[in-house]
Amino acid sequence: MTGGWQSALAPGGSSADAILRLFWPTVALLGLIWLAVLLVLAAALLRRARPEAPRRAGAVVGAATAGTVLVVIGLTLASYLVTRPISAAADAPLIVQLRGLQWWWQATYPEEGEASGFVTANELHLPLGRPVRLELSAEDVIHSFWVPNLAGKQDMIPGRDNALTFTPTVPGVYRAQCAEFCGLQHARMALLVVVEPPEEFARWRAVQAAPATAEALAAEGRQVFERQPCGACHTVRGTGAAGRTGPDLTHLASRGTLAAGLLPMTRGALAAWIADPQTLKPGNNMPLVPLSADELQALTAWLASLR
Amino acid sequence: MTHDRRDTGLGDLALEAALRRVWAAAHGLWGLLATVDHKAIGRRYIATAFGFLILGGLLALAMRWQLSHPEARLLDPDRYNQVFTMHGSNMMFLFAVPVMEAMGVYFVPLMVGTRNIAFPRLNAFSYWVYLAGGLLLWGAFLLEMGPDVGWFAYVPLSGPQYSAGKRADIWAQMITFTEISALAVAVGLVVTVFKQRAPGMTLDRMPLFVWAMLVTAFVVILAMPAVVTASTALILDRLVGTHFFNPAEGGDVLLWQHLFWFFGHPEVYIIFIPAVGMVSTIIATFCRRPVFGYLAMVLALVGIGLLAFGLWVHHMFTTGLPRLGESFFTASSMAIAVPSGLQIFCWLATLWGARPRLAVPMLYVLAFLFTFVLGGMTGVMVASVPLDTQLHDSYFVVAHFHYVLIGGAVFPLLGAIHYWFPKLTGRMMGARPGRWECLLVFAGFNLTFFPMHILGLWGMPRRVYTYQPELPWAGLNLFASLSAVLLAAGFLLFFWNAWRSARHGAPAGENPWGAPTLEWATASPPPPWNFTRIPVVGSASPLWDSMGELTVAEGLRTDRRELLVTSVMDATPEARESSPQDSIWPLLAAIATSVMLVWSIFTPWAVVWGSIPIAVTLIGWFWPRGTPEDES
Repeated sequence: MTGGWQSALAPGGSSADAILRLFWPTVALLGLIWLAVLLVLAAALLRRARPEAPRRAGAVVGAATAGTVLVVIGLTLASYLVTRPISAAADAPLIVQLRGLQWWWQATYPEEGEASGFVTANELHLPLGRPVRLELSAEDVIHSFWVPNLAGKQDMIPGRDNALTFTPTVPGVYRAQCAEFCGLQHARMALLVVVEPPEEFARWRAVQAAPATAEALAAEGRQVFERQPCGACHTVRGTGAAGRTGPDLTHLASRGTLAAGLLPMTRGALAAWIADPQTLKPGNNMPLVPLSADELQALTAWLASLR
Repeated sequence: MTHDRRDTGLGDLALEAALRRVWAAAHGLWGLLATVDHKAIGRRYIATAFGFLILGGLLALAMRWQLSHPEARLLDPDRYNQVFTMHGSNMMFLFAVPVMEAMGVYFVPLMVGTRNIAFPRLNAFSYWVYLAGGLLLWGAFLLEMGPDVGWFAYVPLSGPQYSAGKRADIWAQMITFTEISALAVAVGLVVTVFKQRAPGMTLDRMPLFVWAMLVTAFVVILAMPAVVTASTALILDRLVGTHFFNPAEGGDVLLWQHLFWFFGHPEVYIIFIPAVGMVSTIIATFCRRPVFGYLAMVLALVGIGLLAFGLWVHHMFTTGLPRLGESFFTASSMAIAVPSGLQIFCWLATLWGARPRLAVPMLYVLAFLFTFVLGGMTGVMVASVPLDTQLHDSYFVVAHFHYVLIGGAVFPLLGAIHYWFPKLTGRMMGARPGRWECLLVFAGFNLTFFPMHILGLWGMPRRVYTYQPELPWAGLNLFASLSAVLLAAGFLLFFWNAWRSARHGAPAGENPWGAPTLEWATASPPPPWNFTRIPVVGSASPLWDSMGELTVAEGLRTDRRELLVTSVMDATPEARESSPQDSIWPLLAAIATSVMLVWSIFTPWAVVWGSIPIAVTLIGWFWPRGTPEDES
């Protein structure tokens, strides 16, 4: 009943955990009040009518209203007490810039100490136990970043800088999804968040920061990629492709999914996506680039090698 | 004025014949188009709004079909986005607000004991403008030009850069239509309540439904300008390249949300407050006692109306506003639970001391209490900033607001239709199908919408046209979709029952429920002049306290439409006032206004050239004719 890898009921992070600890007592309290109202209603319908003293009824109504006031004050205070920790700044957090676009996510890991910075898309990796500060922005329209297992949502708004801070506490793969209606493919704008031990995270970060591997750069598919207009929108570090409007593909095959959570990252899915992106995700900004069968074969083989 | 004909001393039959001569509408099509009778217009308004309810319901069923299993292909994303935008816009702007105002248009003049609403021509105009706005929206949808940016139309998505074509303009202009009509009705209701109450109906003897409509009218007057400002600025951004909402040119994206929700939250209470009046009316009649705590009920209504303007930010908790400010809005949002709770306690106290008769309207009230209180509880939850960051824009919120809007407003409305059906048609609405229909609607509703709370907690966002099979949402979605069929069956039965009862129902007589308020002191349906003699009121429950014989006022003229103007507080008679004749000009003015508004979607010059016919029709409307209506 906890709903799995995209659920507010299965917390894997500090914020989601704090919110859930407010959630259940609130549900219990309000549920009891609801039941009490229904019980009084049932009793009123079932009891034999006898006129009661209006003063006594007035006192009961007054007491119930006073009780409502107390409940409201209590819940407001409880809410405030939880708001503070989930919005507090953290010491030395990992900073990641996450930008929402129609309909995918661009993540920038800035340079930090020894680790150099890089750009990736549609998948975040976070080290277990270290606070993270996600700096959220939007390219086009409003999006909202929501990974319910880790934290509540925060909008990404053109012209504004928002941030979300939390600490992942349970390793795992979580799914995030855009929560603000952002147009045609709002439903197809997901992102994986991988929470892993710090050493694995460091390894991932090193791989992501490097350009595409030497073997990959020697492959035939690279020529297809460079001959066709792919590089106008996409970057593959180490090649001439340096487009900025589409996702960075330098380590495409290291990600779990393709097209913002739409498809699993397999060669078959890559081929299907390139062959006909507008059927799989109508209206998205990836155009159909006509390729011969041999070109498609070589290109997908090459993309699948970009680990 | 010795030649005046007065009703003093006239026999009932002679008086009715005289009143019929001056109040009845002309026969035929002309009469239908020119009438300014609040009952004719109210009936029309109610029927049209229920027509839009059916259309919106069909859209809801299409969405439930699409979501019943993952990766369904009934609606493509473009169509789905139009459908959910249409569903929301239609239900809020073309059904819920108009139907509540329409109930006021029909019943407030009857309940305060007057012969017509104030500004009856403006009232007629408002209906035609509303109808034109509805036709615009649905016509556009049928032409594949339906808006697809959500009923909230957030910028920049609805702005010039990301919504090409005319879809967003149609949405924005539909807002203008419905706001004009809502404001026109609201003004008429306020003046009717303040100046046309029957002699002796002091403010503290006013029926609670009338209080509710008065508060609603004020909320309309204060809230609607915000959204008209917003939608006009949006049209300007789109049409003439202003930059109200363009951050690249110094505009602000969040400004839209502030303006929209400054209207949008009170909008919910515009829908809910009349329902409070309906519930109070039904409970009093079927408990055969006045609602407990009249003063508390009135203060709670006014309190809700005021608080409604202080909590719009709870729709924006995730936009990154300062947390301390947000906590203030948590407090104000939760505070609305206090007057709402007070009303519930007063109703329970009324029921406690009575032996309520469980007629169909009363069953709907019970369904309302069960459902609305639950929706109120989830409302308290979304008022909390931390909880809302998880619940906002998820299916939990979809569940929440359907609980408060359907449970809180539509259930009382259906009960009110059953309750007032005899007054509207002269016939009783079938009780046996009524009980079945209530059960189906109640069960179907809860089975459809309760699982959505869980879907939201499991991470399902709103406004998605589909979802993937690897997410655990398919089971509950299928369950909700199947339950929606039950809900639809309940509504179908309701409409069939109303249709059949209007023709074959048992004749009702003046006051079939033994109700206490003035609308039951005249024939069913009432004659065009409402009351042959204006009643005089000595208590809050005049038909219970007068023992069958109402005191009446005399001295009104019978050779022109005339009604009694009374003082605001004590309803002491102040003047006899003429009430306008039927006129075709409101219809012509509405057509001219509609042409200008639709035309202005395409060119700003429409505002210049299109205002000429509007001016002509308004001149025609107000042209002094030396007819009796213009005597003071």
